Amino acid sequence: MVERRPFLNILTHLVLIAGVLIVAFPVYVAFIASTHEPSAFVRGVLPLLPGDNMFASYRQMLSSGWQVGGTPPVWLMLGNSLIMALTIAIGKIAISIISAFAIVYFRFPFRMLAFWIIFITLMLPVEVRIIPTYAVVANLGMLNSYAGLTLPLIASATATFLFRQFFMTVPEELMEASRVDGAGPMKFFKDILLPVSITNIAALFVIMFIYGWVQYLWPLLVTTDEDFYTIVLGIKRLMASSDRVPAWNLIMATVTLAMLPPVLVVLFMQKLFVKGLTETEK
Amino acid sequence: MASITLEGLRKTYTGDVHAVKGIDLAIEDGEFVVLVGPSGCGKSTLLRMVAGLETITDGTLKIGDRVVNNLEPAERDIAMVFQNYALYPHMTVYNNLAYGLKNRGFKKLEIEERVRKAAKMLEIEEYLDRKPRKLSGGQRQRVAMGRALVREPAAFLFDEPLSNLDAKLRVQMRVEIKQLQRRLKTTSLYVTHDQLEAMTLGDRLVVLSAGKIEQVGTPMEIYARPASMFVAGFIGSPAMNMVPLEYLQTRGTHDLLNDLPADTDTVGIRPDDMRLSPPDAPHLIVDSTLELFEAAGAESHLYVRLADSDQPTVIRVSGQPPVKEGETLRFYVTREALHPFNSAIGLRTGD
Repeated sequence: MVERRPFLNILTHLVLIAGVLIVAFPVYVAFIASTHEPSAFVRGVLPLLPGDNMFASYRQMLSSGWQVGGTPPVWLMLGNSLIMALTIAIGKIAISIISAFAIVYFRFPFRMLAFWIIFITLMLPVEVRIIPTYAVVANLGMLNSYAGLTLPLIASATATFLFRQFFMTVPEELMEASRVDGAGPMKFFKDILLPVSITNIAALFVIMFIYGWVQYLWPLLVTTDEDFYTIVLGIKRLMASSDRVPAWNLIMATVTLAMLPPVLVVLFMQKLFVKGLTETEK
Repeated sequence: MASITLEGLRKTYTGDVHAVKGIDLAIEDGEFVVLVGPSGCGKSTLLRMVAGLETITDGTLKIGDRVVNNLEPAERDIAMVFQNYALYPHMTVYNNLAYGLKNRGFKKLEIEERVRKAAKMLEIEEYLDRKPRKLSGGQRQRVAMGRALVREPAAFLFDEPLSNLDAKLRVQMRVEIKQLQRRLKTTSLYVTHDQLEAMTLGDRLVVLSAGKIEQVGTPMEIYARPASMFVAGFIGSPAMNMVPLEYLQTRGTHDLLNDLPADTDTVGIRPDDMRLSPPDAPHLIVDSTLELFEAAGAESHLYVRLADSDQPTVIRVSGQPPVKEGETLRFYVTREALHPFNSAIGLRTGD
């Protein structure tokens, strides 16, 4: 819309503000709840101003966890989630960029077949293949390990497809010029293709990091040792106390802490992220 | 520095598409040869075969005394300038120039020296720290040339390097490429579809059509004596007029048509050989109707229709003659201006 009438300006701002409120209010309530005593949240009237219990809640969750509910300290779970999300994000990018490189730049028999097989796995997310995948991981003895947590989630058809599409828009002359300049395939990949794809890599990293961070079902299955609990699992365990009043302040403190890393990743990579999704720098 | 020899070079794509149908060509050391032809004639394919970017289906390619058919581009000791420049977008101009040298294991000091030298020659020294996207089209073109230059290769290959530039810059870069090549005396092979570019740049032209050589020669040889109707129509602008011999005979004003080679049935006449005033030498006289008058500054193009025929013809005269559209014009052609052709085989007769 190119129109710039004051009325439209006000209207668009109202819509935006309403949208922000709808998204942000629950987050705010969660934070407020973490600063009050456990009972404040269930009294019927939601407090809207911070209470005085903030440091106590956060200190307890960060240092000792909540032993009654069987939850380890948040530090440990944040660490596990971080390892899981990072391994998944980096692993997905590394594997898919190499597959896309092979598919776009090399002519080998069954090239398209290979591509379509990768593509078809889009239809088989973890949730669909969960029992066979669990069996494989269990037989390989990878239950309760970082490898078991991450490996089955690393292969990514989406990322391969994205990189393939991007590589196909990179002018072929770039590859030819580097060939004339004496660069072999791997040198071309490292010196030219990788730097040119950096914004795409960043965008994918953000998406994949969050994908890894919010995983719930898979960690729930493969971890029984609380040393390997992820933060999302931890939140679930905090709430799953049927015979007690949930300690809402502790739950919400954990939730607030769990939201921080993805928010930081998005904040720090926002510029690259937007660039990678919108413009192609060639 | 090296000569390039092409012997029976062929390129066949799967599905029996013959892009290049047997090219024999010897390019001497230090020579500037231009491959020219319409789009799809195989000129770029041929260049890319020399560069090593396309495989050679059949034939032998020698650079210097080495047969290079199966060598990688980097091993052929050539440098190539691409149509869209193909600069590495994430590297500074300096690194763009240095990349090829780094890959060849040159010492840092020597790289620095060579890059500075090339940058100075091309007047891009002040841009060395910039990224390509901060440069204008002309500057990018210079960087692309610099990348070829620093390598000091045996041969330069140019793939329509000027076609992305605006008209003014194109003329300027054309002159610079010519001067640079004269100074460096590096064997060069240059592909273009622009006949003017070809005429002005090349020591020799190779006119290609449908994957075959139509004619090889110096620009003026080709202009003065085109070997086929295709070459006659392609080199020179506006294109040569083709008039059926029969028509001229029926208008037969003079017996100078009698000594044309026996199987001639078409006569080619360059637009600038059609005079509006009678010359001293024996000449033909043809009447025509002026349909369109095109003033192009120092010269004018007159689009006429020959009397009693619907043959469209172009006449080029200098200045702006006092003529009006619709007027009947009489023009004069001398014997030397007639190029005899046989239209059935498309070749010049009497060769």
